[in-house]
Amino acid sequence: MVPPFLEVTDLACRRGGRRVLDHLSFSVGTGELLALTGRNGSGKSTLLRTLALLVPADAGTIRWQGEDVVIDPDRWRSQVAWLGHLDGLKADLTVRENLHSSQPDRARVDAAVAAFDLSALATREVRTLSAGQRRRAALARVAASTAPVWLLDEPLNALDAAAQTLLHAAIARHLATGGVAIAATHADMPSARPLELGA
Amino acid sequence: MTGFGALLARDVRLVLRRPGDVAVVLAFFVVATALFPLGIGPETNLLARIAPGVLWCAALFASMLSLDRLFASDYEDGSLDLLLLAPWPLELAALAKCAAHWIVTGLPLALLAPLLGLTFGLDPLALAALTATLLVGTPTLSLIGGLAAALTLGARKSGALLALLALPLCVPTLIFGAGAVEATVSGQGFGVHLAVLAALALMALATTPWAMAAALRQAGE
Amino acid sequence: MADLHFLANPARFRRFSQRVTGSLAFATVLALAVGLYLALIAAPPDYQQGETVRIMFVHVPSAWLAMAGYGLLAVLSGSLLVWRHPLAALMARGAAPVGATFAAVCLITGALWGRPMWGTYWVWDARLTSMLLLFFLYLGHIALSNAYDHAERGDRAAALLALIGAINLPVIKFSVDWWNTLHQPASVMKLGGPAIHPTILVPLLWMAGALSLLFVILVLLRTETEIDRRRLEAADATA
Repeated sequence: MVPPFLEVTDLACRRGGRRVLDHLSFSVGTGELLALTGRNGSGKSTLLRTLALLVPADAGTIRWQGEDVVIDPDRWRSQVAWLGHLDGLKADLTVRENLHSSQPDRARVDAAVAAFDLSALATREVRTLSAGQRRRAALARVAASTAPVWLLDEPLNALDAAAQTLLHAAIARHLATGGVAIAATHADMPSARPLELGA
Repeated sequence: MTGFGALLARDVRLVLRRPGDVAVVLAFFVVATALFPLGIGPETNLLARIAPGVLWCAALFASMLSLDRLFASDYEDGSLDLLLLAPWPLELAALAKCAAHWIVTGLPLALLAPLLGLTFGLDPLALAALTATLLVGTPTLSLIGGLAAALTLGARKSGALLALLALPLCVPTLIFGAGAVEATVSGQGFGVHLAVLAALALMALATTPWAMAAALRQAGE
Repeated sequence: MADLHFLANPARFRRFSQRVTGSLAFATVLALAVGLYLALIAAPPDYQQGETVRIMFVHVPSAWLAMAGYGLLAVLSGSLLVWRHPLAALMARGAAPVGATFAAVCLITGALWGRPMWGTYWVWDARLTSMLLLFFLYLGHIALSNAYDHAERGDRAAALLALIGAINLPVIKFSVDWWNTLHQPASVMKLGGPAIHPTILVPLLWMAGALSLLFVILVLLRTETEIDRRRLEAADATA
């Protein structure tokens, strides 16, 4: 078993004629949390979307365990758990139904629901939840997946202090099992290695 | 295929949570059809003569009306990204969503149409032809409309634009669908029409999923 | 590298285009003069259609060019989607309204011809109906390519539409023909057939050549404009 290892070389991306990512190189090792920092518009979200292959890169490579991810994009996608700046939850489904539609394993869903203190809300429809509760549900969806790479866009958005603690604990558990996480954030995250964009 | 089934079930369940949305589409179908006798006059022969075209056009419009939400809700709540990131072909995901649309819209329209045909004085054989052609033809409408919905995702004024894109492409289905019922009325069989409609559906099945997937990827960028 | 790719091709195209437009314009005017002389003055009136046959010298080439224009659109769209060729998108933007205009000219001249020949401006003739649907396809393409705040998204959505449209065009044509023969059994007079008399054919080919040149020059000029516009937008974005 090769250890999970993500290596980005010379990544470049333009959006609407503007150079957003300018030949960026970095790597993330097993059990590591990379915190992308930088001002608004510095390309944090674009980098995450490029890593997830949602946005095509103009140049550069992304290697996962030594293999270029564009060779077998479906294999790479199966390694990624995604939290966008939108929650990606269906408002008319309950929290549990939402989690189930991406993770069929009931035990994992239950564990994730408990980890984000959602047990009392699990059978409520998402549209009845507050913004912070929805964000927790979206994070629980990430935690329920078995994917080793977490890509999180502003995970702390709308979270109160208690929920932030739950998130840090969940990330720590994920990293302890050999996963990696990359988060775009304005706030400090404990034990994160910062990478400033647009500097 | 588990992803396909799960997505299909999820979309059908979402619609069933809000049955009002489908009811509005079916109500539009009934009201739009009922306007024709009011506008043209109650003469039975004339109504029976125009019934196939009227019912098919109304079904076409009803399908289009319900399509602009097909991908838009996923686009707005961020779940489109999750579809794009799913480790199975996006073409199948698009197909699953169109299939769900057909189950909750095309199928009820096809089942409701003979009732409306009855009020236009169509005979039983023509009613059978109407139902059969709608059953075979509405999947094509869901696929073509689904493509237009994917292409207009995030566009300004997407509703009217969707119809402008989809309607010319739906012309063959309309011609053979309405033509089948007319042929039955004039005493010919409608087997050929049904075969052509099936061919059109297969062609849509072969060409639209990849285009929908490409359009959805563009929308995700 | 990406910079060079984005600007070099359109820039090279622009230089090429500016060099040829002068002589092309001259050739177009010349060909139009000869074509119009042959069509309006030299050609004899048709024994059935009389003087109205002269409308055909504009009508028929317009129909050809409207169809060829959609073919061009499909080819450009393919090269945009496969090779991400930036010039293809700009040229498609340039070509679509020109093709739509020729389709409109075809429909209008068809109506003007129909008035004396059929006694009405519009009949649901198979060819006219197909052309009308082609015109709608063009309209959809133009509307879609302009429907986005982000021009490149509009380019690529419209490219997909043009490809699907090109695949469906023969099917639409076939079904309209079929529908027409069912509803109007052979009452419509058709121009053409195996033998067109040379007195008709020669001016027709001249006009087809002249209007094709016009088509090319219009597309080139409009593409230049699109290149400039895109450059201005890029300058605004970076400024």
